[in-house]
Amino acid sequence: MPVTIIRRLLQSLLVLFVMSLLVFAGVYAIGNPVDILVSPQADQAEIARATAALGLDRPLAAQYWVFLRQAAAGDLGRSFAFNVPAIQLILERMPATLELAIAAMLIAVVLGIPLGLWAGLAPDSIAGRTIMTGSILGFSLPTFWVGLMLIMVFSVWLGWLPSSGRGPTLELLGVPVSFLSREGLAHLLLPAANLALFKLALVIRLTRAGTREALLQDYVRYARAKGLSETRVVGVHVLKNILIPVVTVVGLEFGSLIAFAVVTESVFSWPGMGKLLIESINMLDRPVIVAYLCIVVTLFTVINLAVDLAYSLLDPRVRLSDAAT
Amino acid sequence: MVSPIRFFLLVLLLAFGPALHAADLRIALAADVTSVDPHFANIAPNNNIGWHVFDALTHVDENARLIPGLALSWRAVDGTTWEFKLRRGVKFHDGSDFTAEDAVFSIERAATLPNGQFAGFVRRIVAKQVVDAHTLRLKTAAPYAMVPQDLNSVFIVSRKAAAGAATEDFNSGRAMAGTGPFRFVAFRRGERVDLARNTAYWGGAPAWDKVSLRIMPTDPARLAALLSGDVDLIEQVPPADLARIRTRADLQVAQKVSWRTIFFHLDQYRDRAPGVTDRADRPLERNPFKDARVRLAMSHAINRQAIAERVMEGTAIPASNLVSPPVFGFAPGLKTEAYDPEGAKKLLAAAGYPGGFATVLHAPNNRYVNDDQVAQAVAQMLARVGIAARVETQPISVYLGRARAGEFAFAMLGWGSFSGDLALRALLATPNAAKGAGTWNWSHYSNPKLDALIERSFATIDENRREAIAQEAMTVAMRDNAVIPLHHQLVSWAMKRPLAYAARTDEFTFAHHVRSR
Repeated sequence: MPVTIIRRLLQSLLVLFVMSLLVFAGVYAIGNPVDILVSPQADQAEIARATAALGLDRPLAAQYWVFLRQAAAGDLGRSFAFNVPAIQLILERMPATLELAIAAMLIAVVLGIPLGLWAGLAPDSIAGRTIMTGSILGFSLPTFWVGLMLIMVFSVWLGWLPSSGRGPTLELLGVPVSFLSREGLAHLLLPAANLALFKLALVIRLTRAGTREALLQDYVRYARAKGLSETRVVGVHVLKNILIPVVTVVGLEFGSLIAFAVVTESVFSWPGMGKLLIESINMLDRPVIVAYLCIVVTLFTVINLAVDLAYSLLDPRVRLSDAAT
Repeated sequence: MVSPIRFFLLVLLLAFGPALHAADLRIALAADVTSVDPHFANIAPNNNIGWHVFDALTHVDENARLIPGLALSWRAVDGTTWEFKLRRGVKFHDGSDFTAEDAVFSIERAATLPNGQFAGFVRRIVAKQVVDAHTLRLKTAAPYAMVPQDLNSVFIVSRKAAAGAATEDFNSGRAMAGTGPFRFVAFRRGERVDLARNTAYWGGAPAWDKVSLRIMPTDPARLAALLSGDVDLIEQVPPADLARIRTRADLQVAQKVSWRTIFFHLDQYRDRAPGVTDRADRPLERNPFKDARVRLAMSHAINRQAIAERVMEGTAIPASNLVSPPVFGFAPGLKTEAYDPEGAKKLLAAAGYPGGFATVLHAPNNRYVNDDQVAQAVAQMLARVGIAARVETQPISVYLGRARAGEFAFAMLGWGSFSGDLALRALLATPNAAKGAGTWNWSHYSNPKLDALIERSFATIDENRREAIAQEAMTVAMRDNAVIPLHHQLVSWAMKRPLAYAARTDEFTFAHHVRSR
């Protein structure tokens, strides 16, 4: 097992290296950040000064070499636009995004698994059909549109919930979180629901498919024949077996929730990392883009590893053997 | 961690306390504030915050005209010396008195801050002399009329608080001591800036105890925040939503012509302009844009009124100048070119293009109001006189780099300037890096007469004479159709009644100018 973990970490280092190279070349190909950063009133001398100050007057290879040297020392550079370390900029926003993503995942799992089970156990009932139709909507409606509709209905018409922003934060173990206050929760609910919608549909469908398949298996028939109560058959035997694909997908999707909460964050003015990424791309703020992607790649690696570890706990047949990977 | 009792009390307070204090104001801003250091990035969102906390020696009014700020008056002692008489009895938020030393310190900080973008405004000042605590003399190497104008961009910080301070010290609030109408409370990057009233403000204490400026770059989110009552006022209202806001009895709109003028650059330096061909895609012998008749024909082919009314939904006024009407140096004698497709065809025929020609029209698609749609409309209008313009739009981050590299022959640009001569120097003066002229002259338009007028204007100390020269320069450039001016944007704010906002040509959103009627 330790060998597996080490090998994974080495692989992710390689991914980080290739990714940073691509981003460097990509941003360079798009345009010159100085064109956007410098005030329109600036004259040629000012522009030259700003270019030199950001180190952008040097050849791309030299710029990349400087980046690698600093990155090896743990410094991913300073944001062109904000003039603060890129890492600091991202870590400042990370709690907001994590809070949103965890809330969305909780909604998806807590609602999705029971609903999926229900739909799987009674596929032809009205409830089962309604759940499945609803999940199609969850899949197919674009997030930004649903977000705007949620705002329209719950903020503008009904006036129940705030339309945007994050509520007041409190420190929990040194991390600023907003879900501890009523106002914070009110701010969290709409964006979390919006972000959860797609994942909710996914969990429902996975659970339903798994349930239907499991119900036909011998062990379920055997359990029923043994005279076990339906609650025990479903709650223990079926549920445990369908959890493996659900955990995989939830794990992988959690990464994408964090990395791509962009749309929801923009619609709800949620001050998270996704919004920062979009703004940084618009400003060609290369250090922030690179640092963001480094962090996301690392997150994905860690999450995938966690999923694999969770597998081995859920399914005794799966073992993270050093030889098999 | 918060103790359970305090946490409980806080929950109670949040749940049952008053939702909002009566004299609090919440404003949604359309663009991100990257820093609150007033001498770091010269971008409008940062400067907007700066104007709440700081003052400059000179201010501008709603019409973008220069008025006294921390300087009560200024005059040119001789051709190269400006004397500023400073306001007395003004205190910084840190309690220290405002004196000429603070002004000198601020000018020096603007000139030397690493990565700072304000050095250009003070570069021409070669010597600073503190005559007494409230008299400051600034010397330039050559006669230079723009010193008071340039100092409008230099925020005055407290020497006591900001000595040795880096950008981080401003962001954290440690060095954020100005003389402005609001004291700085907190900056949460990407989220909001909180301010509190400066009761001792020299211009009269503002009406609001607390101001919260929220950053909401997404248009629908900003509008929803206003409609749901989360904020009291929003800036940069998208034109498509104005009609809806006007139908609501509880909301109102404030509007004014912006200093931003939209126009088209036309390649006038290359014999073969990129992307310009005949209508069968064969390269042309000559560059048609070099012919003033062709440029005039294109101007006549554009129905500016229709674009302002339809595409811009009433939020633009047709332009004849490169600066908008309230701005210094606007030449009122110039008339908007009439919409005259028949005349345009005749001009094209006279210039040797009876069958028209083909070109690419480049425009950004995320910079100006409805920029891509405006470009489409212009292309269709040009098609009617025989010019087949294919529209290519890009995000501004890609667009600017390509434009600077000279890849465009026919390209849209928007420009906001405090004065006509400044705009002309950047946009139409013969490019000259040593003089800082023609930085944005993508056309490479070059007219010795215009260059001479611009230089004379910059060296003319007398305001009235300078404005006359600036107007003459504008007239020369526009009569020659050096660029094709399209329209001046209108800028809109929407707010809850009974709030009222003194709408500004420079597009800034100032909490201290929001009144509750």
